[in-house]
Amino acid sequence: MKHIAIIGNGISGVTAARHIRKLSDHKITIISAETEHFFSRTALMYVYMGHMKYENIKPYEDHFWIKNRIDLKMGYVPKVDAEGKKLHFQSGEEMPFDVLVIACGSKPNKFGWKGQDLEGVQGLYSWQDLELMEKNSVNCERAVIVGGGLIGIEMAEMLLSRSIKVTFLVRESRFWGNVLPKEEGELVSKHIKSHQVDLRFETELDEILPDENGRVKAIRTKNGDKISCQFVGLTAGVGPKVDFLKSSSIALNRGVLVNEFLETNIPNIYSIGDCAEFHEHPTGRRNLEQVWYTGKMMGETVAQTICNNKTAYQPGVWFNSAKFFDIEYQTYGWVWAEPKENEAILYWEHANGKKCLKLIYNKTDSSFLAANVFGIRLRHKVLDYWIKNETKIEEVLKNLEDANFEPEFYENNFPEIKKHFQSQITQTA
Amino acid sequence: MTKIDKDIALVSGPPKDINNTQKIATLIGMSGLLILVLAAFNVNFPHIGIWLAIALGSIAASIILYSKGAYGNKQEGIKNDGVWFKSISSRGFWGWIAGIAMTGFYIVLYFFPALLGLNTERENGGVIALFDPLSKALSGNAASQWFVYGTLYTVAILAFGIKFMWKYRNNRYERLRTFSVMFFQTGFAFIIPELIARLNSDSFSLPYYDLKNVWPLNYYNFEQYRVDEMINAGNIGLAMLIFGVLSILVITPILTYKYGKRWYCSWVCGCGGLAETAGDPFRQLSDKSTWAWKMERWMVHSVVVFVVIMTTAVISTYLGYDSEKYWLTKGAFLIGVVAILTLLIGLLFAFRRDELKKDAKIGAIGYFAIILTMIGIHYSTGNSIFMFEAETLRSTYGFLIGSVFSGVIGTGFYPILGNRAWCRFGCPMAAIMGMQQRFFSKFRITTNGSQCISCGNCSTYCEMGIDVKAYAQKGQNIVRSSCVGCGVCSAVCPRGVLKLENGEDVGDSRYDSDPITFGNDGVFLNVK
Repeated sequence: MKHIAIIGNGISGVTAARHIRKLSDHKITIISAETEHFFSRTALMYVYMGHMKYENIKPYEDHFWIKNRIDLKMGYVPKVDAEGKKLHFQSGEEMPFDVLVIACGSKPNKFGWKGQDLEGVQGLYSWQDLELMEKNSVNCERAVIVGGGLIGIEMAEMLLSRSIKVTFLVRESRFWGNVLPKEEGELVSKHIKSHQVDLRFETELDEILPDENGRVKAIRTKNGDKISCQFVGLTAGVGPKVDFLKSSSIALNRGVLVNEFLETNIPNIYSIGDCAEFHEHPTGRRNLEQVWYTGKMMGETVAQTICNNKTAYQPGVWFNSAKFFDIEYQTYGWVWAEPKENEAILYWEHANGKKCLKLIYNKTDSSFLAANVFGIRLRHKVLDYWIKNETKIEEVLKNLEDANFEPEFYENNFPEIKKHFQSQITQTA
Repeated sequence: MTKIDKDIALVSGPPKDINNTQKIATLIGMSGLLILVLAAFNVNFPHIGIWLAIALGSIAASIILYSKGAYGNKQEGIKNDGVWFKSISSRGFWGWIAGIAMTGFYIVLYFFPALLGLNTERENGGVIALFDPLSKALSGNAASQWFVYGTLYTVAILAFGIKFMWKYRNNRYERLRTFSVMFFQTGFAFIIPELIARLNSDSFSLPYYDLKNVWPLNYYNFEQYRVDEMINAGNIGLAMLIFGVLSILVITPILTYKYGKRWYCSWVCGCGGLAETAGDPFRQLSDKSTWAWKMERWMVHSVVVFVVIMTTAVISTYLGYDSEKYWLTKGAFLIGVVAILTLLIGLLFAFRRDELKKDAKIGAIGYFAIILTMIGIHYSTGNSIFMFEAETLRSTYGFLIGSVFSGVIGTGFYPILGNRAWCRFGCPMAAIMGMQQRFFSKFRITTNGSQCISCGNCSTYCEMGIDVKAYAQKGQNIVRSSCVGCGVCSAVCPRGVLKLENGEDVGDSRYDSDPITFGNDGVFLNVK
């Protein structure tokens, strides 16, 4: 029986622990400096908005861990002795391990802005960040959010729920412009504005200005505009939180460097989730994958390897989802912000401007490549099948309604979509 | 590091206040209630018809105006901001006040109707007299406490129904479903029985019958006085009697097979109707723990056993001593009951035993044995009624289950236990349909591949206390006997993961799940 220590009780570490338990009788310890129990990070916003309490965002009841013999350890590990196989805790305690899984996640990016550490300036990633936001947003009239991505828009929705006015600075010419193509980016941008967000494109933060107490009182943009505010949200992405490993012999780049088996340079030490960085991603995607779903898959994979079934990380067709205020978003396959040479695109948008569907296929062999969908729910398994099997776009269109995952009695847009797409195909042909 | 022991968000200025429109609405509603309270204290109103209209009108108007204040200026979408900050919806001060007030009302209604002014000898007084004009207009009779209750109940379902539709105006499933409960409450529970009562005369009489209220929810449906009235009323009465029997033995199984129990619980039923409309602000208060689930299974199925024994005892008793009046004999009836129960248990174990957990097997066999023994004793010893008098069973059931559980606790405790405590822990109708839904129905809630992020919204807003995300995060379909198909889990899901469906298959694949995150191509598990 080995002792498997897992640093981080997020989705990656917890998934690894659960699967190691399914496969073996090893002693498992999950270490966290954040909260005693695993919670859903993606649900933090709902606690702030009053949709749920902390209790509600725990995916497992507290007795789950005892029943599955997964030990939970609250504590911060400032130092890892990789050769001596020992963890050093801030409290002075030490913990020996046979196998270590580093799943410590991310922290908000800060790009050295002047004033980025002032009181009232923060990112949003951890439970502590949420507590801080609770404190920082008291008596706040206007907030400025810097960085137009998923956390930024969540923060905007959170602040608006407390009647705080929001100015949202986005570097690109549309919301989430490095990920969303033009049409989708504009659709979301329109929706954000409809919620009375002061959305400013092609605007970058220059500096954050303090008041006499060292608290934020305004920001200045690179265009020279000064916006007075009592809160600044820094949401320009997240990066691996691996500073505590710098003193160890574990090889780092931005994150913990791993191969396709999620192995670091040190035997029996693995890294998964947000903090793992591939030397070369097994499927050619970006080397850092900071998504709930990939964290889950890495956890499942590393559990196999640890339990003597060496398995390479091999995620299938990419998928992801999010919600932008009232508009749900799903994506399947890889949709590039700027279409590739070989890609043909079908795009439909509802007259209400809150729903759209984009299908992407290969111009040369008409195989289906990817889909972006807003305001309509699609069936994951059907899309996955079409993309994986390189189904011809004509076939996809013919059976498009198989992918409908909308609730019963919802307006059926599929006949209109099919007609629209068929005429688009005929025009391009 | 931080030890989490309380909800931090309670510290500062979260969305918990009501706006001016809502304040005005509350004032209007309070004045409507004040009229009713004054009437209850025997303040004499002239033109009581007008005052009744003002009271009910202002209550309804206040609820609708309040909804406008809450949702009127907002875009379509999920409206749960501040639910856990508002004291009314988070078991805070106002939650307890509302709970105590409603519980008090139910206790007076069920056990001390004279306090409301009921007087069966002379003219009604109090608040019941206030309702006389409406009752006379509908049925020709003076009001009873049940008429007062029925009227308020209907007003609540209609007004809060409009509120719910406003809240979920982006969701056609919710709108249709709510329209349906509003329709069935107004037509079937309120107007039709009153109009039927109008037909009654000295020579012709039909029992009060809400046709959608199916036995065993309507546990008194086959009591002797009702059966006699129906038989004596000729064809129309006989049709009602036959409809009552067919409702549970034929109509319910067919519809539950096709659509799950939602066809009844969240589309038709009156208890469900109130829970889904007036009770909606409290849905998040249901207990999601596995402990509560275990309690639920034992309690609700015990009520089923209780109602079956009670009804069998009551019917067999009057079939026994009044045997010349009915074509069905006591012996044949008891054999019939045993045959039906044996058939059901037999089918369950023949086709679905793999799906039964250990406690379910113990419970099913144990209860079956108890029922058989009791019927056996009864059959062999002639007139002694089980071990208890049928009348004792009937009155005990009526008091404990019919009044205390479904009314006082079930509705009075909305702000404490959530809006479906009765449906979940006590309703035998829900339990019977639930068994079928679990084992033999096309209905399921489908999980969409691996899109679940375990956020917990679905579980939080499940009024039946189902831990929906426990299934969704495993990629498993939700096939649970307690699910009433309200559709709110699907509505509040931020990632489009849940869909209520009537699939083709009722066999094993309805329960199957992927052992591994769908879309993870590298890992295979040999787990069923």
